[in-house]
Amino acid sequence: MSADQELTTRMRVQDAVVKYGFIVVTVLLFVFFMASEPAFRTSGSLFAMLKYSSVTAILGLGMTYVMAVGGMDLSIGSTAGLAVQMAAMTMVFYNLTGSTAVIVVLLAGVVVGLLNAVLIVVCKIPDLLATLGTMFVIQGAKLIPVEGQSVSAGMTLRNGDTAPGKFTDDFLQIDRGAIAGVPYPVILMLLLTVLTWFILARTKWGRMMYAIGANPEASRLAGVPINRYRGLAYVLCSVFAAIGGMILVSRIGQGDVNAGASSLLEAVAVALVGTSVLGIGKPNAWGTLLGALLVGIVLTGLTMKGFSYFYQDTAKGLVLIVALLFSFTISRKKVRYTPAV
Amino acid sequence: MVADGDPGTPVLQLRDMTMAFGANQVLKGVSMALPAGRVTALLGANGAGKSTLIKILSGVYAGAGGEILVAGEPVSLSTPGEARQAGIQTVHQRIGDSLVPGLTVAENLCFEEIVQGGIPAVRSLRRILPRAREIAATLDLNWSEAKLRQDVFELGIADGQLLLLARALIQRPKVLVLDEPTSTLSQAEVDRLFAVIRRLREEGVAILYVSHHLEEIRSMADDLVVLRDGRIHNEQRAPFDMAAAVKSMLGESVALAAERLVERRGERTALELRGVQLLRRSTPFDLDLRYGEVTGIVGLIGAGKSELARGIFGVDTWRAGSMRLDGAPYAPRRAGEAVRRGIFLVPEDRASEAMLPGWSIARTVSLPFLGALCRAGVVNRGQEDQRARGIIKDFGVVSTGPDQSVDALSGGNQQKVVVGRWFGESPQVILLDEPFRGVDIGARRDISAHARTVAGGGACVVVLSSDVEEIREVADRIIVLADGAVRLDAYTSQVDGDAIVTSMSEVA
Repeated sequence: MSADQELTTRMRVQDAVVKYGFIVVTVLLFVFFMASEPAFRTSGSLFAMLKYSSVTAILGLGMTYVMAVGGMDLSIGSTAGLAVQMAAMTMVFYNLTGSTAVIVVLLAGVVVGLLNAVLIVVCKIPDLLATLGTMFVIQGAKLIPVEGQSVSAGMTLRNGDTAPGKFTDDFLQIDRGAIAGVPYPVILMLLLTVLTWFILARTKWGRMMYAIGANPEASRLAGVPINRYRGLAYVLCSVFAAIGGMILVSRIGQGDVNAGASSLLEAVAVALVGTSVLGIGKPNAWGTLLGALLVGIVLTGLTMKGFSYFYQDTAKGLVLIVALLFSFTISRKKVRYTPAV
Repeated sequence: MVADGDPGTPVLQLRDMTMAFGANQVLKGVSMALPAGRVTALLGANGAGKSTLIKILSGVYAGAGGEILVAGEPVSLSTPGEARQAGIQTVHQRIGDSLVPGLTVAENLCFEEIVQGGIPAVRSLRRILPRAREIAATLDLNWSEAKLRQDVFELGIADGQLLLLARALIQRPKVLVLDEPTSTLSQAEVDRLFAVIRRLREEGVAILYVSHHLEEIRSMADDLVVLRDGRIHNEQRAPFDMAAAVKSMLGESVALAAERLVERRGERTALELRGVQLLRRSTPFDLDLRYGEVTGIVGLIGAGKSELARGIFGVDTWRAGSMRLDGAPYAPRRAGEAVRRGIFLVPEDRASEAMLPGWSIARTVSLPFLGALCRAGVVNRGQEDQRARGIIKDFGVVSTGPDQSVDALSGGNQQKVVVGRWFGESPQVILLDEPFRGVDIGARRDISAHARTVAGGGACVVVLSSDVEEIREVADRIIVLADGAVRLDAYTSQVDGDAIVTSMSEVA
């Protein structure tokens, strides 16, 4: 009997570690940096950190939908990059308004998402491979109209003219503006987190997506239109990637051809980190947000401690591995996300 | 070799085995002995602890309390490798866990030798074939070269099970554990299996035979052990008192005799099937399924039962044929359309076709009808919970409540959940494909009773099974399917078991 209780106590500790360990680590790191770096304490740097995290978080939220259906989207980084360039071209080449650029960006996201959905759902290409293909196509195709040049105001066009437009002020406000001191990207990040949480945890859409992720065949036999919901997940993912790209281009103020390239791995990482938070064991919105914040805290803190940028990827990788240790090694519960390789 | 009936040291002895998962004490002190050259049957309801005991013996679960002795020597069975080393081979009920899809049948046959390095890792398939044939020969399987070269994924469940058995036998085990070995086999295959078991018994192998089939136990076993609630409640030597065994298996509460069913006659036709061709070479047939009665469709494996049910449910298409529902053309293209028309299917394989790992009872139950539980796309969780509570109560699902994970339920209770979820929504036509597979008698009675009740309420209920007795217990009308065609169609009271069995094995 006592052995019995011992076992359950140990298990309880284990469960608690899995459930709260990650949050504790995040808070401890935050407190550590706060205590040791005075610069970290200013609200300016706090918001800078949150702003940095917002793009990763939003891409990660998109990835959360795809992971919920048991899939993977490798094209989100290049979709974000596509959004960067589409927005820049709309304003700089065609001299259109900032709101037109926003619409173009969202449409680009929908189009990429539909393309992925068709390849995966209709053509039955495995998701990893299909999105690997679209990733390259998007990366390459966006270089063609600009001949590999970054799009910036006043650049010389192919026919020798000077580009007529520039980034509009309202578009630049997407990254720079704030309400009561809280920057727009941070607000957007929080809104999209709540939206994603709501869709996944409370609605029929989310339930169907998780069902497909848990057992596609059982879902099909329960009458779930699995193609429709898998497609929907990819479309949502690409739209979120495009929104991330929109914030990015507003921040850098030019159509940098390399923008977004590194965000794929970060987004995958934070969504995976998210599966281990609170011991939920499946992709979820708050977990993804927390994952993005943790990465933000670690990177900001390291930078302030004087580490150069080339330490960053190592740090991100370690954060991911620690998170995976929580969900795969320490957790007694089976993790519900296994990449479809 | 020990002669039959010799009371010498048993090959395998278990002393006071205990096992707990958290606070859940599954085994509460099980002691038993498996003598050489005898078949010991293990009988127990779902959740009695049979699976746990088997997993301990096969080294899947470490950390059990108690002592295990092989030939009088204490052994540790904390990994599958140690179990094999000790001469204990297990053929599990879930074959999917033991086969490696993507490899050929031949490679799967030789799998253990490949893993242990007996066969070099790099060796052409052609050079593995002779060894594969040797292994298959332990079970007299005359598999063609083409079959040995097939991806194991393409094998049926029955062949997969035979493959695993052959693989276990080639290791010359001292103890062979068979977990529900016949649940997916046809009669011919069962006969073949029994011949092999008899041979092994003569060779002095100790066999632990786990089954729900009393008839099999009666004909095969020398000893009988009944497990209930983690303890052994009854031990017998052949000839057995089955009534006593079943009684101790179910506890005192369950009445033993199946009540004679009052046959119902449906009058209105629900589904008219016309020119249905199920298999590649089968002849098309017509069939009417009626409201207000339970139609039992019985046939061997490969007779086309699942194909028939899945076609009606819209998840597979037949080679030919059309349907009318209530007189109007009906051609569902996916399950959702069938569900909307009130046509439900409980699929054959619970684990791969119905269960969602990690899902709660409430969620599992509501998935097919989520639309009705939603308002503007938002799931009404109160209503969802209430619905789940209703099904838990109606079917007597043993659980901690609607939020409990389905993974934590015993097999019979899982089955009640995946069957019960469809009954909660007043079906027009409900198709139950092998609803009693791997389910204890209590759960089987509960499910049968519900099937009969909804049929009494006017629904068209179709139960598909390969077990004649199961079908006779539940059905008003019996249809025998063989080679994809209807061989017999009669009311249950008008046909006896022998006639059914004869027509099942009839070849056109």
